[in-house]
Amino acid sequence: MEGKTKRSIVGIMLSAVRAWIYEPLTLLATDKRAVAGFLIVLFYVGLAVIGPMVVPLDLTPNLERAYLPPSLEHPLGTDPWGRDIFAQLVHGAPDMLVVAFLAGLVTVLIGTVVGIFSGYSGGTVDLIVMTITDIVLTIPGFPLLMVIAAFLIGSGIEVNIFMAAALLSITSWAGLARAVRSQILSIKKEPYIEVSQTLGLGKLHIIFSEIMPNILPYIVMNLILSMIGALYSYVGLMALGLLPYRPGNWGAMMHMAMAVSGTVTGVGSWYVLAPAAAVTILQIGLVLFSNGVDKIFNPRLREK
Amino acid sequence: MSTPLIETIHTSKIFEVRKGLLGVKRHIRAVDDVSLNIQENEIVALVGESGCGKSTLGRLMLALLKPDEGQVKFRDKDIWSLKGEEFKEFRRSAQLIPQDPYSTLNPMKKVISALYPQLLKYKIASNRSEARKMSAELLEMVGLSPPEDFLNRYPCRLSGGQMQRISIARALSVKPSFIVADEAVSMLDASLRIEILDILLNLRKKFSTAYLFITHDLAIARYFAAGERIAIMYLGNIVEVGDTEEVIQNPMHPYTKALIMSVPVPDPKLAKERGLPPLRSLEIPSLVELPSGCKFHTRCPYAEKICEEKMPELREVKNRLVACHLY
Repeated sequence: MEGKTKRSIVGIMLSAVRAWIYEPLTLLATDKRAVAGFLIVLFYVGLAVIGPMVVPLDLTPNLERAYLPPSLEHPLGTDPWGRDIFAQLVHGAPDMLVVAFLAGLVTVLIGTVVGIFSGYSGGTVDLIVMTITDIVLTIPGFPLLMVIAAFLIGSGIEVNIFMAAALLSITSWAGLARAVRSQILSIKKEPYIEVSQTLGLGKLHIIFSEIMPNILPYIVMNLILSMIGALYSYVGLMALGLLPYRPGNWGAMMHMAMAVSGTVTGVGSWYVLAPAAAVTILQIGLVLFSNGVDKIFNPRLREK
Repeated sequence: MSTPLIETIHTSKIFEVRKGLLGVKRHIRAVDDVSLNIQENEIVALVGESGCGKSTLGRLMLALLKPDEGQVKFRDKDIWSLKGEEFKEFRRSAQLIPQDPYSTLNPMKKVISALYPQLLKYKIASNRSEARKMSAELLEMVGLSPPEDFLNRYPCRLSGGQMQRISIARALSVKPSFIVADEAVSMLDASLRIEILDILLNLRKKFSTAYLFITHDLAIARYFAAGERIAIMYLGNIVEVGDTEEVIQNPMHPYTKALIMSVPVPDPKLAKERGLPPLRSLEIPSLVELPSGCKFHTRCPYAEKICEEKMPELREVKNRLVACHLY
């Protein structure tokens, strides 16, 4: 490596692609379940990004075509107002993915920061922060979400996707914060942390360069699990009609299906089953994918 | 004597323990009124059984723990009063080689990341590629070659001996004047120990580093600190300090005698001849409820009335320091 002090930008980019995309993918490829999950998630992302450009969404009611079974023209049939269910699913996908990802991100961010802060500080700070965390842990999350959502609707505040994401992570960070804290407590006593101290490398180095790599696999795994949780809550709130209606939203579709009693009569079963299946398959994909994450981040699990 | 490189002056470290749910707080004096100095380029072997406070003393000298009583001085300055650049200089000068090779390196990071951050921090290397070159040289110095093979490895793909060599390279990377080697070879195979000790001794010639060599193994102490000093520790106190060979050949403190007696000798005849009345008790007193007076009197075969009442001070006896009422 000596002598190569100046590398071209292309070279740096190539090695970055190698380190951040190619190598993780080869590691992922060793786990079939993770590959399956990755492909499912990739399919959904493709659906959300490209789908709305390809599949037109026509929301004008046409009662003559109501409750049609699946056909070539309508792959998943039509809803009680004669609109294509597949097109609605496709147009709802970006919203679902963005909210799930943002909510997962916020959850993990709060959980990690609180956990590291509490565990690394120790003493009284740790005691106070963890007591607050414990209180948040005991709050039943979903009922609280229902109350807040109902309040938001009642007060007429417009709920955008960022608010929805923040709302969904309102209690879910607590469990992660506790788990991260306990990991910090054991890691900070490791000899390599002591040596970093005697080398005078500083707190920031210790937290970001020594501790972080050790909890990163766990955090990424939790990002995915939090996304799963957020997705369920989001669909659930929408299905209960507690968040403002958004056309194409999968939860909102279920809500409409229930409203026109498609669930009871069975006539409109496609209208309720299609979004439910869409959510479930995405969740399965995420769960499977999360299995591969540990392998990517943990050198001890890599086999070469 | 010139100014010592590092010294503890009546230093104590007290840990608090709470027994049971509503138990009373108790204090453990892990290090109790210890005064020990280490000169530039000197080796002091610190020997004692596990739990006697050896590692705590090492950590006090490295400013990883703050003494509750007394002082730790580095080049005649209290290390806890150092600020800014001075403290940074102390951090560079005093390093640690921990015991367990398997947890001495961050399992999630490549070997090179154990070496280059400090080279950049102390401007020993001016840029990353120079730091990489220096890291390779450090690995070569501790006998890992070709170094390029090791720089990009994760610790899980190294043996215990290799990890300990890297640990040594890391400690030496900042050119310290003082190293605490905390049981640095006790977890290695016997066949590897001498090799690692020789690396340390050879590098000491090159860098003239002072060592506090913590061990529970007298044979290892005798080898490493040959011609240097040895300090014997018992329940938080230093009980005897002197020339390594003299102390081992002719121990004065009853605890030192017992410690040396406990080393198995292959010849049973010889073992009998070494003669020391048996210890009164084999049980190590609880750290929470220490015996009065001399802490060794409950086990000491020579104990007298005064030993139960008065704690003996470390006194100079025949070119050495002993804490015992017998002398």
